[in-house]
Amino acid sequence: MISLAGRDILHAWGKYVLTGLGLGLLIGVTLSMAGIYRGMVDDGKALLANSGADLWVVQQDTLGPYAESSSLHDDVYRALLGMPGVARAANATYFTMQVRKTDEGGGETDVRAMVVGFEPGQPGEPGYLVAGRRITRGHYEAVADIKTGFKVGDNIRIRRDDYTVVGLTRRMVSSGGDPMVFIPLKDAQEAQFLKDNDAILNERARTNANPAFNRPGVPGLAEAVEASQTSNRHVNAVLVQVKAGESPEAVAQEIRRWKHLEAHTVEQMEEILVAKLIATSAKQIAMFLVILAVVSAAIVAFIIYTMTLGKIREIAVLKLIGTRNRTIAGMILQQALGLGLIGFVVGKTAATLWAPVFPKYVLLEPGDAARGFAAIMLICAIASTLAIRAALKVDPAEAIGG
Amino acid sequence: MKETLGISIEGLSKRYGSGDTAVDALKDVNMTVAPGEVVGLIGPSGSGKSTLLKCLGAVIEPSGGRMTLGDDTIYDHGWKIRDLRALRRDRIGFIFQAPYLIPFLDVTDNVALLPMLAGRANGAARQRAQELLEALDVGHRARAQPSELSGGEQQRVAIARALANQPPVMLADEPTAPLDSQRALAVVRILNDMARQYQTAIIVVTHDEKIIPTFRRIYHIRDGRTYEEAGEGRALD
Ligand SMILES: Nc1ncnc2c1ncn2[C@@H]1O[C@H](COP(=O)(O)OP(=O)(O)OP(=O)(O)O)[C@@H](O)[C@H]1O
Ligand SMILES: [Mg+2]
Repeated sequence: MISLAGRDILHAWGKYVLTGLGLGLLIGVTLSMAGIYRGMVDDGKALLANSGADLWVVQQDTLGPYAESSSLHDDVYRALLGMPGVARAANATYFTMQVRKTDEGGGETDVRAMVVGFEPGQPGEPGYLVAGRRITRGHYEAVADIKTGFKVGDNIRIRRDDYTVVGLTRRMVSSGGDPMVFIPLKDAQEAQFLKDNDAILNERARTNANPAFNRPGVPGLAEAVEASQTSNRHVNAVLVQVKAGESPEAVAQEIRRWKHLEAHTVEQMEEILVAKLIATSAKQIAMFLVILAVVSAAIVAFIIYTMTLGKIREIAVLKLIGTRNRTIAGMILQQALGLGLIGFVVGKTAATLWAPVFPKYVLLEPGDAARGFAAIMLICAIASTLAIRAALKVDPAEAIGG
Repeated sequence: MKETLGISIEGLSKRYGSGDTAVDALKDVNMTVAPGEVVGLIGPSGSGKSTLLKCLGAVIEPSGGRMTLGDDTIYDHGWKIRDLRALRRDRIGFIFQAPYLIPFLDVTDNVALLPMLAGRANGAARQRAQELLEALDVGHRARAQPSELSGGEQQRVAIARALANQPPVMLADEPTAPLDSQRALAVVRILNDMARQYQTAIIVVTHDEKIIPTFRRIYHIRDGRTYEEAGEGRALD
C-alpha cells in the first residue's frame, strides 16, 4: 500500500510547506515565549549562583536584597563571622542605575545596570572573567558584564565618580535582566548614598543651626555629626558562606534567632526570585502560551479542514472503490501531523535564530522543545478530528452523482 | 475463471424518504446482464438510472427486490453480504461521466490503488496496472499525472482502474458524455473488448445518441420501471 497522505503532500508540496512555514513561525513565537520565561528564571538563578553565597543576611522582615530593599550596618558581618558554622561573611551593596559611558569622541551612552559593591576576595566577587583582570586597586576600577557593551579600558561614570573597566564577565545579570557592574564596596557605599555638594552644604547648615549638635561647650561635636552624616555606614546584604558540612538552614536559623536579622538560604532566595519576583510575568507568559496554543490549534484545524473539503470528490471516489474509513482518517491525521512536524522544525529553527536578538536572555531548553513538540502533535491530532469527521460523513454515492 | 452468471435483478424497488415527501425512484426493475455482455440503460432525466446504479453499486440500500452478482445473492429484501466495501472494491468496477482520477497519484498508482486496497503487494499491483494500461493504449503515459492527460486518456485510465480487480460487474454512468463521437465510440469499443476479454458484465447508462446504436440489448427505464428492447448492435469498426 502506498501512503496516500505522502502522495497528496508531494503533489501540492509548495502549498503544504508554505502553510507549515506559517504555522512554524507561530510555533517559533510560542517557543520563544517559553524561552523568555526560562531565561527569566535562569537570570535569577545565575544571580544567586554567581554570588557564591550560601546565605543572604538582610534587614529583618525583608525579602532583600534583590526583591525588596534592605539596609544593614556595615559592621554586622563581624558579628556574623563570630557565629559557629560561618566560614566567611562579606558586605555587598546592590543598586540599579544608569551607568554613563563617555566615548572617545566625547559622546555619552547610558546603560541600565545593577551596580554591585563587593569586597575583593570575598563572596560576591565576580567569578570567571572573559576578558581583562580582577579589581586590584581599592578604588575606581570596575568589572562589567559583557552585555553592558563596555570594553576593557572604557571609562564609565557612576554617580559622580569615574571608573575604568578592567575586566568583563558573562551572564552576570540582575533578576530583571540588567547587566551587572562590579565596583569596590567602599566606592559603592559612597555612590549609593552619596549626597551632592549642595545637599552637604544644606545638611551642614542645618546641623550647625541645631542647638543639640552645635553646643558651645563641646568642640568638635558638629564636625563629628557632619562626618557621620556624609560617610555611609550601610550595606544591603551580608553574603555568608557556611563551613563545610554545616547546614545553611541551621546557620540561618541561628542568625535569625540571635542577630535580629533575616537570613535566606539559596533555596529561599530562588523561591523569592522565581515565585515572587517574576510570578506575575510568568502568569502573563503562561496566559500567552495558552492563547498561542488555542490559536495554533484553530489554524491547524482550519487548514486541515479546508484541505479536506478540497478533496471531498476524491474522498467519495476512494470510499466508493472500497477504501476503509480508517485509511482515509489516517491520511488526514498524517497530513495534520506532517504540518505539525514542519511547523515544529521551522519554529524551533526560527526561535533559535532570533533568540540572541532579544535584549533579555532567552533560554530554549531541550525539555521545553520536547514538550512543545508533543503538545503540537497533540494539537494537530485534535485539530484534524474536525476534518476527519467531515471526511467520514462523505457519502460514496456522491461519486456516482445524480 | 470462476463461473459467473453476470447480473440479475428482480423486482427491485427504491423509495427515497418517507411519508408525504417519499419518492419512488425505482418501482419494478428487472434486468439480466450476462458475463461478457454490454447493455445500455436509457431513460429520461429523473427516471431512476443513477438510483439503479447506486443500488447495484451497494452505496444505497434498495427498498425491496433481489439482486444477484455471479453466484451470490447480494440483496434480497435486505443485504445478504456483510462487507459492502469489499464487495465494491473486489467485484464492481465504476466508471463515471468525469474520470475522477485521484489527482495526487500518478496514472499507474491510480489503477494500482485498487489491488493495493485489496491487499496485493505494491509490485504486483503496479504490474497489473501496467498490463491494463497497455491494453487500453495508455501504457506510455503510465508515469504521468492525471492532470497531464487528455480527456480521452483520462477516461481510459478510469476504465483501467475499474477493471483493476477484475470485477465480474462494471457500472458506467454516462462514460462518454464529455467526449466527441470518435472518442466516445473508442470508449465503447474498449468496453466491449474488455467485457469479452475479462468476461465482465457491463451496464452503461447513457443519453448519448452516438453510442446507443452500438448496444445489442438496451433497457429503457421510465418512471422507475424497466423495459427490455433489442438494440441495433451496430458494428464498431
Ligand atoms: N437522495 C435522494 N433523495 C430523494 N430523492 C431522490 C434522491 N436521489 C434521487 N432522487 C429522486 O429519484 C428520482 C430518480 O433520480 P435519479 O438520479 O436516479 O435519476 P436519473 O435517471 O439518474 O436522472 P438524470 O438522467 O437526470 O441523471 C428523481 O425523481 C430524483 O428526484
Ligand atoms: Mg443520473
